[in-house]
Amino acid sequence: MEHIVIIGNGIAGVSAARHIRKNSDKKITIVSTETEYFFSRTALMYVYMGHMKFEHTQPYENWFWKKNRIDLVKGFVTKVNHQNKKLILKEGSELSYDKLIIATGSKPNKFGWPGQDLKGVQGLYHRQDLEQLEANAPNNKVCKRAVIVGGGLIGIELAEMLVTRNIPVTFLVREASFWNGVLPKGESELINEHILEHHIDLRLETNLVEIIADENGWAKAVTTDKGETIECTVVGLTAGVSPNIDFLKESGIELGRGVKVNRFLETNIPDIYAIGDCAEQHEAIGNRRPIEAVWYTGRMMGETLAQTICGNRRAYNPGHWFNSAKFLDVEYQTYGWVFSERGMKEYEQHFHWRHSKEKVCITVSFDKDSKKFLGINTFGIRMRHAIFDRWLTEERSVDYVMEFLKDANFDPEFYKVYEGEILTAYNAEFGTSIAPKKKSWKRIFSTT
Amino acid sequence: MKAIKNVGLVIFLVGLAIFTALPVIGTFKIDQATFDQMAQDQGFAKSELFVEAMQKNVVGKEFQGIQALSPPVTEALETANAANKKNKAYKKVIYTKPNDMVSSIGKKSGAGYIVENKGMMWFLTFGLGIIGALMFILPNVILLGKKGIKNNGIYHESATNQGWIAWMVFIFLVGFYIILYFAPQYAVNWTYLVDPISERLSGNAAGHWFVYGFMYCVVMTVMAVRMYIKYRHNVYQMVRTTSVLFFQIVFAFLIPEIMVRLQMPYYDFKNAFPLDYDFFFQWNIKSLMNSGGIGLFILVWGIVLTLVVVPVMVYFFGKRWYCSWVCGCGGLAETLGDPYRQHSSKSLFSWKIERWLIHGVLVFAVGMTLMTLYSFFTDTGMVLGLKTASVQNTYSTMIGAVFAGVIGTGFYPIFGNRMWCRFGCPLAAYLGFVQRFKSRFRITTNGGQCISCGNCSTYCEQGIDVRAYAQKGENIVRSSCVGCGVCSAVCPRGVLKLENGPLEGRINPTEVLLGNDVDLMDLVNKK
Ligand SMILES: Cc1cc2nc3c(=O)[nH]c(=O)nc-3n(C[C@H](O)[C@H](O)[C@H](O)COP(=O)(O)OP(=O)(O)OC[C@H]3O[C@@H](n4cnc5c(N)ncnc54)[C@H](O)[C@@H]3O)c2cc1C
Ligand code: SF4
Ligand code: SF4
Repeated sequence: MEHIVIIGNGIAGVSAARHIRKNSDKKITIVSTETEYFFSRTALMYVYMGHMKFEHTQPYENWFWKKNRIDLVKGFVTKVNHQNKKLILKEGSELSYDKLIIATGSKPNKFGWPGQDLKGVQGLYHRQDLEQLEANAPNNKVCKRAVIVGGGLIGIELAEMLVTRNIPVTFLVREASFWNGVLPKGESELINEHILEHHIDLRLETNLVEIIADENGWAKAVTTDKGETIECTVVGLTAGVSPNIDFLKESGIELGRGVKVNRFLETNIPDIYAIGDCAEQHEAIGNRRPIEAVWYTGRMMGETLAQTICGNRRAYNPGHWFNSAKFLDVEYQTYGWVFSERGMKEYEQHFHWRHSKEKVCITVSFDKDSKKFLGINTFGIRMRHAIFDRWLTEERSVDYVMEFLKDANFDPEFYKVYEGEILTAYNAEFGTSIAPKKKSWKRIFSTT
Repeated sequence: MKAIKNVGLVIFLVGLAIFTALPVIGTFKIDQATFDQMAQDQGFAKSELFVEAMQKNVVGKEFQGIQALSPPVTEALETANAANKKNKAYKKVIYTKPNDMVSSIGKKSGAGYIVENKGMMWFLTFGLGIIGALMFILPNVILLGKKGIKNNGIYHESATNQGWIAWMVFIFLVGFYIILYFAPQYAVNWTYLVDPISERLSGNAAGHWFVYGFMYCVVMTVMAVRMYIKYRHNVYQMVRTTSVLFFQIVFAFLIPEIMVRLQMPYYDFKNAFPLDYDFFFQWNIKSLMNSGGIGLFILVWGIVLTLVVVPVMVYFFGKRWYCSWVCGCGGLAETLGDPYRQHSSKSLFSWKIERWLIHGVLVFAVGMTLMTLYSFFTDTGMVLGLKTASVQNTYSTMIGAVFAGVIGTGFYPIFGNRMWCRFGCPLAAYLGFVQRFKSRFRITTNGGQCISCGNCSTYCEQGIDVRAYAQKGENIVRSSCVGCGVCSAVCPRGVLKLENGPLEGRINPTEVLLGNDVDLMDLVNKK
């Protein structure tokens, strides 16, 4: 029986395993070092915040693996020997494979800052980071202040976590406005305001210079490129992540920043594949990045690769881009492509609407000339994935999207709706006179 | 703000302590005239032996606490009945249960401060409780900060993480329900507190069920305030909370009491069979038939409610219209029980138990009712060798009292707030069938947006593993879902929406989620 070995029990590896099991009888082994069972990394914050216990982050009960004949090995792979199709584990044991899937995810970036390895300095990625945070910052008596370095999604999550324990937080962000490499100006500003509302000390255009140690080797302060020294007991490094592939350096597998793969998720070595955060496409797919470090893409690569492994060779061919996040209390969803001013395509034009009081806004992006709808970002309004996916496929015009916007609303029942206001603003800006169409179940479910 | 909360907590605890002490304090002394009157009114004058023993040991004597009054009355009753049975003087046997006898004697014999100062005592218990609780809850308007999900620290706090506070609440609630169902004599002092209210409503002095009904409304109202504050960003929760509160206060509490005042039968118009399991009991049908037009109306309404209104509404809106918008049990679970919703077990094992148990209770309820009706129309007490009355008693005790009451509410702090609704309620089982097989209701999963975080499953009070569906891109169509909407509220990625839509495509098993390769989706999902 063919033996499929997967390194990494994250969403990518587990999706692959589940789908291989669905489509075949192959022997499946997952080797992973972080935890015994698969858990949802995206939920780590909720454990610290007391919304959940760690066990709640595990999507499958413990019996699931045995029942589905997926063997779990807890261990760290130090070497891949592809000539003999063998893995060497840190614990000394070896494991043979017929096909190998590398799904080792990411690790937090460290940019060589002085003091980055001091005690009290940590990232937020692995379960161990959560445990460390619990030890370093159990409350505001032990942790008088935390400084977070790097204004991305994980940074703002870490800030939110610490704030729930009333720990003062200083948030150093390199950019002039939060996450403005991704978000258009209006949205980024809305989040800046929201961060301040939560009493987080947001320092824009500020970089970390050094982390200063006390006599015991603990972080006691940071200095910034603005010449300030900020006293603190915990430093969170959240300046992005990069593929966790150091153990592959001498393996002969082609590496860039990540494990280089083709569209079939195959590496340069036969029978070795890479998926999830650690995989790097030779060439980016459409507007996507070569390394896509998000949950959904890990899952999609797993779903796809399982087909290939089971004899139905398929290219990784993701559909329309979508993503979501939550900034403190504000939910964010995106469908299609809406670029920030920095990354905006020359053909791209935006319509931005923001509510006068609430933290609610949308940005719709479309083609200047053809008026083709390209994508939407929403803050504080939930949207229906299926509808936008369909509209993108059907290449609808922005006017059409505006007219039928009510079909796309996914907020809970009785919520205040904003389509009227949005349309008024749109009509005023573009001289149109579109009237919103009533929501229609028939349209919503017509092709799904 | 914190200080107000703390003071509130102390006031609340003082009120609660006095309330808790009441069952075992107070003076009881019944005088001759009252006793004679009772003997006439309640018909126990027929048992001379009982009256004699009472005269000797109880009448005119002073007892400290019900626990002192209880033994002589119980003994008098039991000895008298035993003697009468032995002498074959069956006409003289008194069938009132000892506990109830002690209750009714106790109620008439209360003396001293509590009985003379009902208003004051009400204030010291209910009053302080309400004021304290509100002082504890209201500052949250400011303390909880911006609107949004307020689940911080739930698993850090003893009260909401099955810690010692939760166990204390557990013991208190279980004790309270045991008194209510099995030792009502200890509730006599409580009834005095609400006598003035009861008299104003129905014209009668309060019994222990009135205490319960009143307390139910008070607790729900105060805890609804908490819901309004906690979920102030979520209009669905606000509307729903208002609805259950309205139905509890108006339909379950006020209307039945007022009907009694108008010489009509006591009836809760929203309480549908088989939750209202004794609707078809002989005594109820007889009493309805003897109540003229209104009785007949109730009889017809009760049947139409169960056979037509309930399923039709479930078809259009899902069982939520009843379970989390109207029902009293649901109402308490969604207010008092909200802090404990995360304790429902999500394991597959629990689901298996759930299906056996809840459907078992439904079969039991329906079977019992068929027996009852058969007995009623054929005028026999036995069906297939079983005594109808003992089957009814078993149901009343085991299901009506122990399951729905003691376990259903008492177990909130440890096992979650919907133990009864999930494992026991026969009406929920019936609604569940309709919801699962013929309803427009579903929780739509938003394409591929789920990140498997688990908030939805954790906070589902019905123990549904919502995530198991959401992470597959599949809609949640489950018979047990009561449509509380909390999974949707707590989801950080906007994945879940409760909605009523066309039947087609409602159940949508998927393998590969939206967002991936369209051809792959076609290939795998249509297989
Ligand atoms: C705090 C946080 C919040 C996030 N929130 C979101 C979000 O909201 N939405 C979103 O789309 N994405 C989010 N992400 C990103 C998302 O979690 C990742 O993209 C995803 O988990 C990657 O999955 P993966 O399976 O590729 O790798 P991982 O989940 O990283 O799994 C890889 C596993 O392999 C193990 N491993 C690595 N090397 C070895 C070795 N040599 N031997 C054995 N085992 C090894 C690792 O220990 C790890 O357990 C978040 C990430 C973090 C850290
Ligand atoms: S599935 Fe959602 S709506 Fe249904 S009972 Fe559970 S939490 Fe409530
Ligand atoms: S809460 Fe939302 S994102 Fe989290 S598991 Fe449930 S559906 Fe998925």
